[in-house]
Amino acid sequence: MAVTLLVPTALRTFTDGKKELEIAATTVGEAVTALADTYPDIKKHLYEDSGELRSFINIFVGETNIKSTGGLGTAVRDGDTVMLVPAIAGGALTVNN
Amino acid sequence: MLILTRKIDAQIRTAGEDGYPNECCGALFGEADGDTRTVSEIFPIANARESDEQYHRFVITPEDFMRAELEARRQGLDVVGIYHSHPDHPAEPSEYDREHALPFYSYIIVSVEKGTSENLTSWELSADREKFTREVISWL
Repeated sequence: MAVTLLVPTALRTFTDGKKELEIAATTVGEAVTALADTYPDIKKHLYEDSGELRSFINIFVGETNIKSTGGLGTAVRDGDTVMLVPAIAGGALTVNN
Repeated sequence: MLILTRKIDAQIRTAGEDGYPNECCGALFGEADGDTRTVSEIFPIANARESDEQYHRFVITPEDFMRAELEARRQGLDVVGIYHSHPDHPAEPSEYDREHALPFYSYIIVSVEKGTSENLTSWELSADREKFTREVISWL
């Protein structure tokens, strides 16, 4: 059972420039673990030291955010598309400046 | 290095002025070749911050950014960066910008003073996420 994992441009530095990867997995967690095992340098950008997924990384199966479907335990089916999406935010002022 | 056209420059300035006094934001579509990114179009995205915070903050929802990524792929392009405006504030990244940035992307900031766009700059985050470095803009 294989899914297609879409890699955002910001993370392709760690996947030898590959935009997408075919990964055998039955859950989103398995797919992400396989990605991190294949490209260890990407781990620090995906996981906190505690092993939790970083808060600024979102994952979609198709167009559904896994936060609404069980997180990393979300089941995937053959042919599903899994997409890593970074959180984007910013602004002019902070409390300190 | 970031390669821009005057048309893209004008579109970002207009977005900043139209959004004033709030921050505008969007994705930069184009191509990346090593450390050089060429922007071929902008993809405006609604600022999803609470309305009373938009004058100094922007956020792009994961759903909106996912759609931007898919649209870029559909066009055979990549998301090579993000743009946003700083209303009545210099075109320099704040600590808040740095905390929420990612390496690789070009971060364009346009300052908008009293409704009129002023400086447009581009920045990239170091790989260790410690600091922003101003990026050279080359014009097509």
